[in-house]
Amino acid sequence: MSVDAVIVGSGPGGSTAADVLTRAGWSVVIFEKGRNHLLDPADLSRPSDDYSNDEIKFLDRHFLGPDPFLEPRTFRRGPGDGEHSFVGGVNSIPSTVGGGGTHADGKTPRFREEDFAMRSTYGPQPGAEVEDWPVTYDELEPFYAHVERAIGVAGTEGANPFAAWRSGPYPMPSGVPMYGATLSVPAAEKLGFHPYAAPTAANSVPYDGRPACNNCGFCAYLGCPIHAKGDPVALLTRTMATGLAELRPETFVSRIRTDGRRATGVDFIGPDGVERSMDARNVIVAGGAIETPRLLLLSGLGNPLVGRHLMVHYQTIVVGTMPFALHSERGRAVTHVHDDPMIPDDAARAAAREAGLPWLRGGMVEHGGASLPVREAKIYPWGDRHGPMMADSPMRNRLWAFIMQGEDLPYATNTVDLDPSVRDVRGFPVARITYQGGRHELAASAHHGPRLEAVLTEMGAEWTLRTSSPGTGKYGPLDTEMPESRHVMGTTRMGADPATSVVDPWCRVHGLDNVVVADSSVFVTSSGYGPTLTLVALAARAASALAGRPDPA
Amino acid sequence: MPVWLTEPEYRTLVAVCDRLIPADGDRPGAVAAGAPDYIDTLLGAFAFDPPRIWAGGPTSGRHGGPARFGAFLPLGALDELAWRTRIEGSLGRPEREFNGPVVGLQERYRAGLAELGGGFGDRDRRAQAVALRRDPAFTALVFAHTCEGMYGAPEYGGNRDGSAWAAIGFAGDVQPRGFTDAEVSGP
Repeated sequence: MSVDAVIVGSGPGGSTAADVLTRAGWSVVIFEKGRNHLLDPADLSRPSDDYSNDEIKFLDRHFLGPDPFLEPRTFRRGPGDGEHSFVGGVNSIPSTVGGGGTHADGKTPRFREEDFAMRSTYGPQPGAEVEDWPVTYDELEPFYAHVERAIGVAGTEGANPFAAWRSGPYPMPSGVPMYGATLSVPAAEKLGFHPYAAPTAANSVPYDGRPACNNCGFCAYLGCPIHAKGDPVALLTRTMATGLAELRPETFVSRIRTDGRRATGVDFIGPDGVERSMDARNVIVAGGAIETPRLLLLSGLGNPLVGRHLMVHYQTIVVGTMPFALHSERGRAVTHVHDDPMIPDDAARAAAREAGLPWLRGGMVEHGGASLPVREAKIYPWGDRHGPMMADSPMRNRLWAFIMQGEDLPYATNTVDLDPSVRDVRGFPVARITYQGGRHELAASAHHGPRLEAVLTEMGAEWTLRTSSPGTGKYGPLDTEMPESRHVMGTTRMGADPATSVVDPWCRVHGLDNVVVADSSVFVTSSGYGPTLTLVALAARAASALAGRPDPA
Repeated sequence: MPVWLTEPEYRTLVAVCDRLIPADGDRPGAVAAGAPDYIDTLLGAFAFDPPRIWAGGPTSGRHGGPARFGAFLPLGALDELAWRTRIEGSLGRPEREFNGPVVGLQERYRAGLAELGGGFGDRDRRAQAVALRRDPAFTALVFAHTCEGMYGAPEYGGNRDGSAWAAIGFAGDVQPRGFTDAEVSGP
């Protein structure tokens, strides 16, 4: 059996590639190592009923995977930590049909023009390989517009004064603001920030046959029971309806087979545990910025830069407790954001000079609360005060938080490689993450954190607390040396020159004519915006080029 | 009758849960909310078919829609391997020890409760606290499970009739009703 393309990974990138290719008439097989809880097994063109408002299932029992027993990863800050300092879940994005799109709350900002031209705009940084992307915002804009329509993005044109230009309006108006945001937005504005309704792939009105979000509140880290979050269920159901796609869940691709400059297919292990092969005319790798380099390394493909320049978003986390209830369990996880820390001002320039750096750039700031009571209960100490604390709820019902998804510069020393000793359940070496924030990230966090605390104080917070992820260790288990960010990027970076990049400007692996990477591995720099919409737009662009159909629609 | 624990072990667990999250006035503590049953059901999850690991969806029936949480979802082969290993331990079986031996929850609870002793419930509260601090890893494990048993969905065996949610004013799972725009944006 030979198909036009095998696609490794069914998350937003792989689903987008599948949608584009099947619409072009290609036959595809989508391999997904996790289980299928997203699509109805009796009719894969329809969503399933497995998702629910269930904190235990999604947050304590690995429903969306990866199960850290079956598929651990390892972590270390650097070679000084030895082989690894931790084994378990590291930067875990769901390993399930739908991938990371299933647990995300759906914020889908576009990058701005300068995010694709960081070297030209800001210049180099010591120790980091800051480069321009080989694609511009203007080139990507039609694909942004296409994927916003495909997955359904709600937003308000003109609300963000810093936004890049758009060729058309958002497909839907913004959804309803959460109560806390109605307080944090004016407080932020009073201090000179420019908050706006976050562009979000959650339906504000019925769209594309899926219902409007009904604000159940079990949003971030949980699958949507009514499938109001469009990414990637919209793409996968449409793909499966073509009849040109086959979905193979619980199937691990262990190797890409090649002959000279061409991939000839893949080896895989299905749910029966038997290793088999499949021939394919093209291979799309869409496992995310950790599993994609792992597969290339397991296959002996790519150049020595595979796995290097791992970026996460360096999170600055500021929380405070209000003297009144915010009931953040109602509504989406985040309804408003502001971008000001991504636009260096005089204060940021002064902070950069003080830190001995040429420039500092933060990230998009998410305005949000806390909603889930089991998470809250585990924070308070056991004993007589536990019940009263839960009723008083300073860490849930009265909590407000800002999380800045800080730009993380690309350092060659932050890597994904194969762990020398730890194996997955199928016997293959697992991914090892070696990561440490650099001077830029620490300085940007130190600069912007107090400014976010000031907004909480302006809101009326009784107290505030500031930390980061990776953390300082000051707050114990809430503050670990491992980055908690699920925004992982950059391990097969794009570029025209094989000496400094892994994939070409069309996301084809250098030296291989028919292997395309369709996920955030290809990012050259991280920006401070969530990566999903950009990786999806890039996947659409790469798949369109592969299919010889440059028009995304 | 407990699902997996012995009666004496269950009684000790009840006393431990009561010390970790005691009742607070009219608000139920861990015992009244059923946290010991949540833990016992987890330890005995494979006594049920399908195992009591993942509750069903999409709705519980508490706010409309069919009551489907109680229809637990079947595990795949690898899911079962993971959860049996996590609960039962690796027991020397090669397929469970690809990264070394695993001590399961059943063994940890059996040993931890034995160490606290059958008289744990008869001790005064100060002595109970001292005993719990002797093995912080075990106490942290029981505490985490007690929190899940109090504030997770009732179908897992705890949070009896949603009493722990009611005590903190949390609506729990609300599909398919959700919240109105006014409930979201208003005070």
